[in-house]
Amino acid sequence: MSRYYVNKFLFTVDRDPELLRRYKEDPRSLVTTWEQSIGPKLNDVERSTVHSLTEAERDALINHDIVALFEMGAHFFLSLTIFIAIYDEDWMQKYGPLSFQRDFAKRLAHWEGRDYPPVGE
Amino acid sequence: MAKLAAVLATTHHPFYLKATTAPADQQIPEAPEWKRKVEAYRDTLTKAEPELLVMVGADHFHQFFLDNYPQFLIGKSPRYDATFYNEEREFGIPKYILEGHEDLSNFMHKGLLARGFDFAFSNELKLDHSIICPIITTRPQADLPVVPIYTNIFAPPLPSPKRFWDLGRAIREIIDEYPSEKRIAAIGSGHLSLELGGPRQFRETGPDPEFDRQAIEWLSTGNIDAILANVTHESMARSGNATHGFMDLILMMGIAGPIPAAYSDSLSLFHTMEAYITWYPEGAAQ
Repeated sequence: MSRYYVNKFLFTVDRDPELLRRYKEDPRSLVTTWEQSIGPKLNDVERSTVHSLTEAERDALINHDIVALFEMGAHFFLSLTIFIAIYDEDWMQKYGPLSFQRDFAKRLAHWEGRDYPPVGE
Repeated sequence: MAKLAAVLATTHHPFYLKATTAPADQQIPEAPEWKRKVEAYRDTLTKAEPELLVMVGADHFHQFFLDNYPQFLIGKSPRYDATFYNEEREFGIPKYILEGHEDLSNFMHKGLLARGFDFAFSNELKLDHSIICPIITTRPQADLPVVPIYTNIFAPPLPSPKRFWDLGRAIREIIDEYPSEKRIAAIGSGHLSLELGGPRQFRETGPDPEFDRQAIEWLSTGNIDAILANVTHESMARSGNATHGFMDLILMMGIAGPIPAAYSDSLSLFHTMEAYITWYPEGAAQ
Protein backbone atom coordinates (compact mmCIF):
# COMPACT_ATOMS: atom_id res chain seq x y z
CA MET A 1 0.00 0.00 0.00
CA SER A 2 1.26 3.49 -0.75
CA ARG A 3 -0.73 6.30 0.74
CA TYR A 4 2.08 8.54 -0.48
CA TYR A 5 1.58 7.45 -4.08
CA VAL A 6 -2.18 8.00 -3.91
CA ASN A 7 -1.48 11.50 -2.64
CA LYS A 8 1.10 12.01 -5.39
CA PHE A 9 -1.56 11.14 -7.94
CA LEU A 10 -4.03 13.64 -6.46
CA PHE A 11 -1.35 16.31 -6.14
CA THR A 12 0.05 16.01 -9.65
CA VAL A 13 -3.32 15.77 -11.38
CA ASP A 14 -5.01 18.59 -9.45
CA ARG A 15 -2.31 21.10 -10.39
CA ASP A 16 -2.39 20.35 -14.14
CA PRO A 17 -5.47 21.42 -16.12
CA GLU A 18 -4.91 18.89 -18.91
CA LEU A 19 -4.44 15.92 -16.56
CA LEU A 20 -7.45 17.07 -14.58
CA ARG A 21 -9.60 17.17 -17.72
CA ARG A 22 -8.53 13.63 -18.60
CA TYR A 23 -9.16 12.43 -15.03
CA LYS A 24 -12.69 13.77 -15.26
CA GLU A 25 -13.45 12.41 -18.72
CA ASP A 26 -11.71 9.03 -18.69
CA PRO A 27 -10.29 8.22 -15.26
CA ARG A 28 -9.22 4.67 -16.13
CA SER A 29 -7.11 5.82 -19.05
CA LEU A 30 -5.57 8.67 -17.08
CA VAL A 31 -4.70 6.44 -14.12
CA THR A 32 -2.95 4.03 -16.52
CA THR A 33 -0.99 6.85 -18.14
CA TRP A 34 -0.13 8.26 -14.75
CA GLU A 35 1.23 4.97 -13.44
CA GLN A 36 3.32 4.48 -16.58
CA SER A 37 4.83 7.87 -17.12
CA ILE A 38 3.93 10.46 -14.46
CA GLY A 39 3.93 8.74 -11.07
CA PRO A 40 7.53 7.47 -11.29
CA LYS A 41 8.93 10.91 -12.18
CA LEU A 42 11.18 12.58 -9.63
CA ASN A 43 11.98 15.33 -12.14
CA ASP A 44 12.30 15.60 -15.92
CA VAL A 45 15.24 13.21 -15.95
CA GLU A 46 15.15 11.09 -12.80
CA ARG A 47 12.78 8.17 -12.15
CA SER A 48 11.87 6.62 -8.81
CA THR A 49 11.39 2.88 -8.34
CA VAL A 50 10.03 3.17 -4.80
CA HIS A 51 6.24 3.35 -5.02
CA SER A 52 3.36 1.66 -6.77
CA LEU A 53 -0.42 1.56 -6.40
CA THR A 54 -2.20 -1.46 -4.97
CA GLU A 55 -5.24 -2.75 -6.78
CA ALA A 56 -7.51 -1.17 -4.15
CA GLU A 57 -5.77 2.19 -4.52
CA ARG A 58 -5.95 2.03 -8.30
CA ASP A 59 -9.67 1.17 -8.16
CA ALA A 60 -10.37 4.01 -5.69
CA LEU A 61 -8.70 6.50 -8.02
CA ILE A 62 -10.40 5.13 -11.15
CA ASN A 63 -13.82 5.20 -9.47
CA HIS A 64 -13.41 8.66 -7.90
CA ASP A 65 -14.21 6.74 -4.72
CA ILE A 66 -14.18 9.45 -2.07
CA VAL A 67 -14.99 7.08 0.79
CA ALA A 68 -12.29 4.55 -0.10
CA LEU A 69 -9.72 7.32 -0.48
CA PHE A 70 -10.68 8.79 2.91
CA GLU A 71 -10.44 5.37 4.51
CA MET A 72 -6.99 4.68 3.08
CA GLY A 73 -5.74 7.99 4.51
CA ALA A 74 -5.53 10.10 1.36
CA HIS A 75 -4.95 13.69 2.44
CA PHE A 76 -8.29 15.42 3.00
CA PHE A 77 -7.25 18.66 1.31
CA LEU A 78 -6.07 16.96 -1.88
CA SER A 79 -9.14 14.78 -2.07
CA LEU A 80 -11.57 17.64 -1.48
CA THR A 81 -9.88 19.98 -3.93
CA ILE A 82 -9.65 17.58 -6.85
CA PHE A 83 -13.23 16.32 -6.55
CA ILE A 84 -14.59 19.85 -6.22
CA ALA A 85 -12.76 20.58 -9.47
CA ILE A 86 -14.40 17.57 -11.10
CA TYR A 87 -17.94 17.71 -9.72
CA ASP A 88 -18.81 21.08 -8.15
CA GLU A 89 -19.89 22.94 -11.26
CA ASP A 90 -22.13 20.15 -12.59
CA TRP A 91 -23.73 19.58 -9.19
CA MET A 92 -24.23 23.29 -8.62
CA GLN A 93 -26.22 23.56 -11.84
CA LYS A 94 -28.34 20.53 -10.99
CA TYR A 95 -28.77 20.79 -7.23
CA GLY A 96 -27.55 24.24 -6.11
CA PRO A 97 -24.51 25.69 -4.34
CA LEU A 98 -22.44 23.41 -2.10
CA SER A 99 -24.57 20.39 -2.99
CA PHE A 100 -21.54 18.35 -3.99
CA GLN A 101 -19.58 19.31 -0.87
CA ARG A 102 -22.51 18.35 1.36
CA ASP A 103 -23.04 15.05 -0.41
CA PHE A 104 -19.31 14.37 -0.04
CA ALA A 105 -19.73 14.88 3.72
CA LYS A 106 -22.82 12.67 3.83
CA ARG A 107 -21.00 9.79 2.19
CA LEU A 108 -18.53 9.92 5.10
CA ALA A 109 -21.19 10.28 7.83
CA HIS A 110 -20.28 6.91 9.35
CA TRP A 111 -16.96 8.42 10.43
CA GLU A 112 -18.43 11.22 12.53
CA GLY A 113 -17.45 10.88 16.18
CA ARG A 114 -14.71 8.34 15.39
CA ASP A 115 -10.97 8.82 14.95
CA TYR A 116 -10.43 9.34 11.25
CA PRO A 117 -7.94 7.17 9.37
CA PRO A 118 -4.57 8.89 9.78
CA VAL A 119 -3.29 11.02 6.88
CA GLY A 120 0.29 10.89 8.18
CA GLU A 121 2.49 9.86 11.11
CA MET B 1 15.65 49.44 16.09
CA ALA B 2 12.55 48.44 14.14
CA LYS B 3 9.15 49.07 15.67
CA LEU B 4 6.56 46.30 15.81
CA ALA B 5 3.58 48.40 14.82
CA ALA B 6 0.88 45.71 14.88
CA VAL B 7 0.31 41.96 15.03
CA LEU B 8 -2.70 40.54 13.22
CA ALA B 9 -4.05 37.00 13.55
CA THR B 10 -6.88 36.07 11.24
CA THR B 11 -8.60 33.18 9.61
CA HIS B 12 -8.25 32.99 5.84
CA HIS B 13 -11.49 32.26 4.08
CA PRO B 14 -10.51 31.82 0.43
CA PHE B 15 -13.99 32.73 -0.81
CA TYR B 16 -14.04 36.26 0.68
CA LEU B 17 -13.14 38.02 -2.56
CA LYS B 18 -15.52 35.97 -4.67
CA ALA B 19 -18.35 36.29 -2.13
CA THR B 20 -18.09 40.05 -1.81
CA THR B 21 -17.49 40.96 -5.45
CA ALA B 22 -20.20 38.79 -7.02
CA PRO B 23 -23.21 40.63 -8.45
CA ALA B 24 -25.48 41.63 -5.54
CA ASP B 25 -28.24 39.22 -6.54
CA GLN B 26 -25.79 36.30 -6.44
CA GLN B 27 -24.15 37.13 -3.12
CA ILE B 28 -24.64 35.07 0.02
CA PRO B 29 -26.77 36.94 2.59
CA GLU B 30 -23.78 37.45 4.90
CA ALA B 31 -21.66 39.16 2.22
CA PRO B 32 -22.37 42.81 3.18
CA GLU B 33 -21.69 42.20 6.88
CA TRP B 34 -18.59 40.17 6.00
CA LYS B 35 -17.26 43.06 3.91
CA ARG B 36 -17.97 45.58 6.68
CA LYS B 37 -16.16 43.48 9.25
CA VAL B 38 -13.15 42.91 7.01
CA GLU B 39 -12.87 46.60 6.20
CA ALA B 40 -13.08 47.51 9.90
CA TYR B 41 -10.34 44.96 10.55
CA ARG B 42 -8.25 46.40 7.74
CA ASP B 43 -8.34 49.76 9.52
CA THR B 44 -6.50 48.22 12.47
CA LEU B 45 -3.55 47.60 10.17
CA THR B 46 -3.82 50.82 8.19
CA LYS B 47 -3.71 53.02 11.27
CA ALA B 48 -0.54 51.29 12.46
CA GLU B 49 1.14 52.70 9.33
CA PRO B 50 3.23 49.62 8.54
CA GLU B 51 6.12 49.80 6.08
CA LEU B 52 7.11 46.15 6.00
CA LEU B 53 5.14 42.95 6.61
CA VAL B 54 6.18 39.65 8.16
CA MET B 55 3.58 37.22 6.82
CA VAL B 56 2.86 33.82 8.39
CA GLY B 57 0.98 31.11 6.52
CA ALA B 58 1.14 27.50 5.41
CA ASP B 59 1.53 25.99 1.97
CA HIS B 60 -1.51 23.86 1.06
CA PHE B 61 0.38 21.44 -1.21
CA HIS B 62 0.93 24.10 -3.83
CA GLN B 63 4.69 24.43 -3.96
CA PHE B 64 5.52 21.81 -1.32
CA PHE B 65 4.44 18.19 -1.25
CA LEU B 66 5.04 15.07 0.81
CA ASP B 67 8.31 14.33 -1.00
CA ASN B 68 9.86 17.29 0.81
CA TYR B 69 7.61 19.19 3.18
CA PRO B 70 9.28 21.70 5.52
CA GLN B 71 8.17 22.05 9.16
CA PHE B 72 9.16 25.73 9.08
CA LEU B 73 10.41 27.69 6.09
CA ILE B 74 11.33 31.30 5.33
CA GLY B 75 11.22 32.99 1.95
CA LYS B 76 14.36 34.88 0.94
CA SER B 77 13.47 36.19 -2.50
CA PRO B 78 13.58 39.73 -3.86
CA ARG B 79 9.95 39.24 -4.89
CA TYR B 80 7.18 36.66 -4.72
CA ASP B 81 4.67 35.49 -7.25
CA ALA B 82 1.41 34.43 -5.71
CA THR B 83 -1.65 32.31 -6.43
CA PHE B 84 -1.47 28.93 -8.10
CA TYR B 85 -3.59 27.70 -10.99
CA ASN B 86 -5.75 25.49 -8.78
CA GLU B 87 -6.42 28.38 -6.39
CA GLU B 88 -7.55 30.61 -9.23
CA ARG B 89 -9.74 27.76 -10.43
CA GLU B 90 -11.36 26.94 -7.09
CA PHE B 91 -11.43 30.26 -5.25
CA GLY B 92 -11.27 32.88 -7.99
CA ILE B 93 -8.22 34.51 -6.37
CA PRO B 94 -6.17 36.60 -8.82
CA LYS B 95 -2.43 36.45 -9.27
CA TYR B 96 -0.24 38.89 -7.35
CA ILE B 97 3.40 39.88 -7.25
CA LEU B 98 4.65 41.02 -3.86
CA GLU B 99 7.98 42.69 -3.26
CA GLY B 100 10.28 40.86 -0.88
CA HIS B 101 12.75 42.23 1.64
CA GLU B 102 15.96 40.22 1.45
CA ASP B 103 17.69 42.09 4.26
CA LEU B 104 15.02 41.26 6.84
CA SER B 105 14.63 37.73 5.44
CA ASN B 106 18.36 37.11 6.00
CA PHE B 107 18.36 38.77 9.41
CA MET B 108 15.29 36.76 10.42
CA HIS B 109 16.72 33.48 9.12
CA LYS B 110 20.01 33.90 10.99
CA GLY B 111 18.17 35.02 14.12
CA LEU B 112 15.95 31.95 14.01
CA LEU B 113 18.92 29.61 13.57
CA ALA B 114 20.66 31.30 16.51
CA ARG B 115 17.57 30.65 18.64
CA GLY B 116 17.35 26.94 17.82
CA PHE B 117 14.83 27.12 14.97
CA ASP B 118 16.55 25.37 12.09
CA PHE B 119 14.44 26.76 9.27
CA ALA B 120 14.33 25.53 5.73
CA PHE B 121 14.50 28.36 3.21
CA SER B 122 13.49 29.12 -0.33
CA ASN B 123 14.90 31.57 -2.83
CA GLU B 124 12.04 30.90 -5.22
CA LEU B 125 8.89 30.72 -3.16
CA LYS B 126 5.49 31.18 -4.71
CA LEU B 127 2.89 32.24 -2.16
CA ASP B 128 -0.45 30.56 -1.75
CA HIS B 129 -3.79 31.75 -0.40
CA SER B 130 -2.70 31.47 3.23
CA ILE B 131 -0.71 34.64 2.62
CA ILE B 132 -2.69 36.21 -0.22
CA CYS B 133 -6.06 36.01 1.57
CA PRO B 134 -4.85 38.25 4.42
CA ILE B 135 -3.26 40.57 1.84
CA ILE B 136 -6.66 40.82 0.14
CA THR B 137 -8.45 41.49 3.41
CA THR B 138 -5.95 43.70 5.26
CA ARG B 139 -3.75 45.31 2.58
CA PRO B 140 -5.49 44.91 -0.77
CA GLN B 141 -3.21 47.43 -2.47
CA ALA B 142 -0.44 44.82 -1.90
CA ASP B 143 2.12 47.60 -1.85
CA LEU B 144 4.42 46.62 1.01
CA PRO B 145 7.46 44.32 0.95
CA VAL B 146 6.95 41.01 2.71
CA VAL B 147 8.97 38.37 4.52
CA PRO B 148 6.99 35.13 4.28
CA ILE B 149 7.20 32.41 6.91
CA TYR B 150 5.56 29.04 6.34
CA THR B 151 4.66 26.53 9.00
CA ASN B 152 3.45 22.96 8.83
CA ILE B 153 -0.12 22.76 10.12
CA PHE B 154 -1.05 20.33 7.43
CA ALA B 155 1.17 17.29 6.90
CA PRO B 156 1.52 15.21 10.11
CA PRO B 157 3.54 14.78 12.23
CA LEU B 158 3.24 18.47 13.16
CA PRO B 159 5.23 20.61 15.57
CA SER B 160 3.53 21.13 18.95
CA PRO B 161 1.34 24.12 19.88
CA LYS B 162 4.07 25.15 22.33
CA ARG B 163 6.60 25.15 19.50
CA PHE B 164 4.40 27.58 17.54
CA TRP B 165 4.18 29.86 20.57
CA ASP B 166 7.95 29.71 21.11
CA LEU B 167 8.54 30.44 17.43
CA GLY B 168 6.33 33.51 17.71
CA ARG B 169 8.34 34.67 20.72
CA ALA B 170 11.59 34.19 18.77
CA ILE B 171 10.26 36.12 15.77
CA ARG B 172 9.32 38.94 18.11
CA GLU B 173 12.84 39.14 19.56
CA ILE B 174 14.32 39.24 16.08
CA ILE B 175 11.97 42.00 14.92
CA ASP B 176 12.84 43.98 18.05
CA GLU B 177 16.54 43.60 17.28
CA TYR B 178 16.33 44.42 13.59
CA PRO B 179 18.52 47.47 12.97
CA SER B 180 16.08 49.60 11.01
CA GLU B 181 13.73 52.48 11.58
CA LYS B 182 10.97 50.63 9.73
CA ARG B 183 7.53 50.04 11.19
CA ILE B 184 6.92 46.32 10.87
CA ALA B 185 3.57 44.58 11.09
CA ALA B 186 3.23 40.82 11.45
CA ILE B 187 0.19 39.24 9.85
CA GLY B 188 -0.62 35.57 10.10
CA SER B 189 -3.51 33.48 8.97
CA GLY B 190 -4.84 30.15 10.13
CA HIS B 191 -8.11 28.60 11.14
CA LEU B 192 -10.50 28.09 13.99
CA SER B 193 -12.34 24.76 13.92
CA LEU B 194 -12.39 23.50 10.37
CA GLU B 195 -13.26 20.32 8.53
CA LEU B 196 -12.07 19.66 4.98
CA GLY B 197 -12.80 16.50 3.05
CA GLY B 198 -14.56 14.89 6.00
CA PRO B 199 -18.09 14.25 7.33
CA ARG B 200 -18.40 17.61 9.13
CA GLN B 201 -17.48 19.87 6.21
CA PHE B 202 -19.60 22.71 4.79
CA ARG B 203 -22.23 22.85 7.51
CA GLU B 204 -24.12 25.94 8.54
CA THR B 205 -21.35 26.74 11.03
CA GLY B 206 -17.83 25.51 11.66
CA PRO B 207 -17.61 21.98 13.08
CA ASP B 208 -17.01 23.12 16.68
CA PRO B 209 -18.53 26.54 17.50
CA GLU B 210 -17.75 26.07 21.21
CA PHE B 211 -14.03 25.69 20.45
CA ASP B 212 -14.26 28.74 18.19
CA ARG B 213 -15.79 30.86 20.95
CA GLN B 214 -13.19 29.66 23.44
CA ALA B 215 -10.29 30.15 21.02
CA ILE B 216 -11.28 33.75 20.29
CA GLU B 217 -11.57 34.40 24.04
CA TRP B 218 -8.08 32.97 24.63
CA LEU B 219 -6.54 34.99 21.80
CA SER B 220 -8.24 38.23 22.70
CA THR B 221 -7.15 37.98 26.35
CA GLY B 222 -3.61 36.78 25.60
CA ASN B 223 -4.24 33.64 27.61
CA ILE B 224 -1.45 31.37 26.40
CA ASP B 225 -1.57 29.28 29.58
CA ALA B 226 -5.14 28.22 28.85
CA ILE B 227 -4.27 27.47 25.23
CA LEU B 228 -1.30 25.30 26.13
CA ALA B 229 -3.30 23.56 28.86
CA ASN B 230 -6.20 22.74 26.56
CA VAL B 231 -5.05 22.57 22.95
CA THR B 232 -3.31 19.46 21.65
CA HIS B 233 -3.08 17.88 18.21
CA GLU B 234 -5.73 15.40 19.36
CA SER B 235 -8.10 18.04 20.74
CA MET B 236 -7.83 20.02 17.50
CA ALA B 237 -8.60 16.89 15.47
CA ARG B 238 -11.74 16.38 17.55
CA SER B 239 -12.79 19.94 16.66
CA GLY B 240 -12.32 19.30 12.93
CA ASN B 241 -9.67 17.59 10.83
CA ALA B 242 -8.12 20.89 9.62
CA THR B 243 -8.30 22.76 12.94
CA HIS B 244 -4.51 22.56 13.34
CA GLY B 245 -4.29 25.87 11.47
CA PHE B 246 -5.14 27.35 14.86
CA MET B 247 -1.45 26.91 15.70
CA ASP B 248 -0.59 29.74 13.32
CA LEU B 249 -2.86 31.99 15.38
CA ILE B 250 -0.98 30.81 18.51
CA LEU B 251 2.25 31.75 16.72
CA MET B 252 0.90 35.24 16.06
CA MET B 253 -0.01 35.68 19.70
CA GLY B 254 3.56 34.60 20.43
CA ILE B 255 4.80 37.56 18.39
CA ALA B 256 2.48 39.90 20.29
CA GLY B 257 3.14 38.33 23.69
CA PRO B 258 0.67 37.28 26.41
CA ILE B 259 -1.24 40.55 26.29
CA PRO B 260 -4.87 41.43 25.59
CA ALA B 261 -5.72 42.15 21.99
CA ALA B 262 -6.62 45.72 21.06
CA TYR B 263 -9.23 44.50 18.60
CA SER B 264 -11.20 41.30 18.35
CA ASP B 265 -14.07 40.46 16.06
CA SER B 266 -15.60 37.35 14.55
CA LEU B 267 -18.21 36.25 12.07
CA SER B 268 -19.97 32.94 11.90
CA LEU B 269 -20.28 31.80 8.29
CA PHE B 270 -21.25 28.56 6.64
CA HIS B 271 -18.41 26.08 7.05
CA THR B 272 -16.31 28.17 9.46
CA MET B 273 -16.05 30.96 12.02
CA GLU B 274 -13.97 33.92 10.94
CA ALA B 275 -11.69 35.61 13.51
CA TYR B 276 -10.10 39.05 13.29
CA ILE B 277 -7.61 39.80 16.09
CA THR B 278 -5.11 42.68 16.35
CA TRP B 279 -2.53 43.44 19.03
CA TYR B 280 -0.51 46.63 19.37
CA PRO B 281 2.39 45.33 21.49
CA GLU B 282 4.04 48.73 21.79
CA GLY B 283 0.88 50.65 22.57
CA ALA B 284 -2.01 51.90 20.51
CA ALA B 285 -1.34 52.73 16.90
CA GLN B 286 -0.80 56.40 16.27
